[in-house]
Amino acid sequence: MNFKHKYLFLLPGLLVLLGILIFPIGFTVRLSFSSWDSFYPGLDFIGLDNYIRLFTDDMRFWEAFGRLSLLSLTTVFLQYVIGFSLALMVWKQIVFQRFFRVLFLIPMMTTPVIMTVVWRTFFHESLGPANDFLSLFGMQPLWLSSEILSKFTVILVEVWQWTPFMFLLLLAGLLSLPKEPYLAASIDGAGPVRTFVYVTFPLMAPISIGAIIIRLIEASKIMDTVYVLTSGGPGTATETSSFYIFIKGLREFQFGYSAALSLTYLVIMIISFTIIAKILTKLMVRGS
Amino acid sequence: MNRVTKISTLAVTASLLAATASADKWSDQFPHIKNTGDIAGECSYESMSKKDYGGQKLTINTHAVPVMGEPTALHAEQFSALTGAEVKVIHTPAGDLYSKAMVPFQAGQAPYDIVFGFSNFLRDWKQYLEPVPAKYVNMPQMQDVTQGHIDVNSWDGEMIQFPIDGDRHYLKYRKDVIDNPEYQVKYKAETGNELRVPQTWKEYGEMAAFFNGWDWDNDGELEYGSAEVMKKDDLMFAAFFSRSVAYSKNPRVKGGFFFDLETMEPLINGPGFVAALTDWVEATKYTPPGGINFSLGDEINSFGGGQTLFSFSWDDAFIAAMQDDSPIKNKVGSAPLPGSDSVWNRSTGAWENTYNQAPYIVWGWTAAVAKQSKNHDMAFDYLCFFANDANHQADIAIGRFGVNPFRKSDFIPEIYVERQGWDSEIAKQYSETLLAMEEGSTNRVFPLRVPGVFQFNSAVATGTSKALAGQLSPQEALDEVAAEWTKIVKRIGADTVREAYAVGVALEDAE
Repeated sequence: MNFKHKYLFLLPGLLVLLGILIFPIGFTVRLSFSSWDSFYPGLDFIGLDNYIRLFTDDMRFWEAFGRLSLLSLTTVFLQYVIGFSLALMVWKQIVFQRFFRVLFLIPMMTTPVIMTVVWRTFFHESLGPANDFLSLFGMQPLWLSSEILSKFTVILVEVWQWTPFMFLLLLAGLLSLPKEPYLAASIDGAGPVRTFVYVTFPLMAPISIGAIIIRLIEASKIMDTVYVLTSGGPGTATETSSFYIFIKGLREFQFGYSAALSLTYLVIMIISFTIIAKILTKLMVRGS
Repeated sequence: MNRVTKISTLAVTASLLAATASADKWSDQFPHIKNTGDIAGECSYESMSKKDYGGQKLTINTHAVPVMGEPTALHAEQFSALTGAEVKVIHTPAGDLYSKAMVPFQAGQAPYDIVFGFSNFLRDWKQYLEPVPAKYVNMPQMQDVTQGHIDVNSWDGEMIQFPIDGDRHYLKYRKDVIDNPEYQVKYKAETGNELRVPQTWKEYGEMAAFFNGWDWDNDGELEYGSAEVMKKDDLMFAAFFSRSVAYSKNPRVKGGFFFDLETMEPLINGPGFVAALTDWVEATKYTPPGGINFSLGDEINSFGGGQTLFSFSWDDAFIAAMQDDSPIKNKVGSAPLPGSDSVWNRSTGAWENTYNQAPYIVWGWTAAVAKQSKNHDMAFDYLCFFANDANHQADIAIGRFGVNPFRKSDFIPEIYVERQGWDSEIAKQYSETLLAMEEGSTNRVFPLRVPGVFQFNSAVATGTSKALAGQLSPQEALDEVAAEWTKIVKRIGADTVREAYAVGVALEDAE
C-alpha cells in the first residue's frame, strides 16, 4: 500500500478531531484576545488586555478559585470515603445485595438540576421541611443564607449526587481484585482491618487515583448546584470559578473576557491535576 | 300570563341577556375571553380571522411557563387557529432570554421572528429590532397605553418594543393588620408611633420589626415583617433601586440618578444610596428565615401566602394575594413606595431635610420583532393580537400570566371588582396607586438602559449582596460597585454610555 494512503484513511478522524476539539479551543484563544461584548461584537484584537485585567484587576476570580478548591477537594474526599465504605459493604455477600447496589446508584441517575431544585426546596429556611422538622427542637439553621452553612449545603448536595459514581468505580475495582492475596492474608492470620490496610487499599490504589481524578475534574466544573441553590450567594460565599465565568460570559455578555478566564482556568486545572495525580500516586501507590 | 309573571319573565330574560351580552362566536371558540367576548379593534379576533397566513411560520422565543410563557403559547395557538399560521413557541428561562437572542443577533441570524425579554434590554437590542410600524403606533389600542409605558418601550421617541405588560414597584401591605384598631393601640402603646401605611422607609422598618416573628393573624404560624427580593443575581438590584429612589432622587437636582450625566461619574456610592443599603442590611433582621436568599418567586409565595406584613416589587405578589385561592384575598392593600424624611442633594453636597418620594418605573416584560425576520407583518400582527383588548382584559386577571396593567383603561377599579371579586376599596386603592405612579409624579426614576446594562446591574447585585451577607459595610460595598461601574464606563466608552443614558435622563427630568 502506498504510504500516503495511510494518511488518507486517517483524514476523516483527523477532520473530526479538528472540528470538535481543535477549532473550539483555537476560537476560544482568538476570542480571548478580543473585546467582544454586548456592545462591540466581533473579533477585534486587543492583545493581552483581557489577561492583564484578569491578573491585575480581578480578585473576584481568584477568590472564586479558592472557594472552588475548597469545595471540590472536600466533596471529592467525602465522596471517596463514603463511596469506598458503601462499595466495601456490598462487595461481600450480604442480604439484599442487589437491592443496595441499585439503591446506592439512584442519586447519580437523577437529573442534577432537578434534584438541586428539590434540595433547595428541602433546605428553604422558612418554607422547607428541613427547618419545619428542626424547629421542633428549637433550631432554624440558615442552610442557604449563612456564609459558612451555605458552603456545607453545597457540599452535602454534591456528595449526595456524585458519591454513587465513586461507589460504582470502586465496586468495579473491588470485584476485579485477585483472590490470592486475601487467601495469603487469611493464612497469615490477618484480621479485617489489617487485610484492608495491607491488601485491599494498596490493591485499590490505581483505581482509587483514577476515580478521584475523574471526580476532581467533574467537581471543579461545579455549576448547576451553585446556580440553583444559592446563585453564588450569600454575597459571594459560594461563587465558584465556573459560575463566575458563566456570569461574565452569558449574563454580562463579556465573551472576550470570559474566554480569557476560561483558558486561564483550563491551564490552572491541567497543572493542578498533574500535581495532584503525582501526589496521590506517591501517597497511595508508592506509600503502600 | 298575569302582569307580575310577565314582568318577572322579562326581568329574568334581561338578566340572562346581560350575563351573556359579552358572549359571542369568538368567546364560544376561545373560552379565554368568555368574560368580555371579542372587543372590536384592528387586532381583534374578528379582524385576525380575515388574515391568511396559511403556509407561513412564526417562531417566538419567550419566557418559561407560566409567567409570560403561558400567555405567549395560548395566544400563539389562538393566532394560529385564526390565521392559519404555523406558530412555534420556544420557552427560555429568564436569565437566558438576553443571551439566547443576543447570540444570533450578533451573528446576523434570525432564528426567532419575535423575542420576548425585559424592557431594559432595549439599548443593547435596539439595532437588531424592527421599529413598530406607524399603523400599530397610531391604533386606538396603543393610544390607550400610558405615556410611561410608551416611553419604556421607545428609544428617543421611536417605539421599538411592543407594549404587552406594565411594571412598576410599589408597596404591598396587610390591610387587616395595619387597619386593625387593636394593633393600632398596641403599636402606639409600645412604640409611641402611629400604625399606618408607612410613609418612609424608616417607618417601614420599624413596623416590620414590630410585627416580626410572632403569630399576628392567629393562624398558628409565625409571621414576619417583610419579604423582599434579596437573592444575588435574581433581580435583587431592582429591589435595591426601589429602596434608593427616596433618598437619592432629588427633584431639584437634574442630570442623572445613576450617573452624573456631565462627567459620567457613578453616583451609586453617594450618601443617598448608602443610606438605602444601610436600611436594607437592617431589613435582613425582619425578613422570614432565609429571606436573604429570597428570589422573586419566594417573595411572591411569602407575601402572597400570608407570611409577611410588607412586600414591595412587581405586581405579582399583590395579584397572588388577591387570587381566589389565596388565604389573604381582600386583606391586602397597595401604596406608593415609602419615601424618606431627607433626600441627598449632590449639587450642594448636603442632605435636605424634607419629605421625598419617587416612583421607580421599573423595567418589565416586553416583546419585539427581529429586524432579520422575514415575517414582519405577521409578527407585528401576532403581538398586536396578543395585546388586543379582549386578550389583555383576560390576561391581567390571571396572576401567573405576569401581564399587569399598562393602559389607562386598566385603572378603572370596577373591572377588578366585577371580574375578579376584589373589595371595592382595595380595587380603588390599587388603581389610584398605579395611576399616580404613571401620571401623577414628576419625580420618577426610569430603569438604567445603557450599553452593557447587565454588567452594571451585575456589579450592583454583587456589591449589595456582599453588604447583605455582612462581607462588607454598605459604604465599602457601594464603593466597590462604583469602582466597577467606572471600569465598565471606561471599557465601553464614556460618550457611548452618556449618549444612551441621556435618553433616560430626559424622561426623568421632563416636567
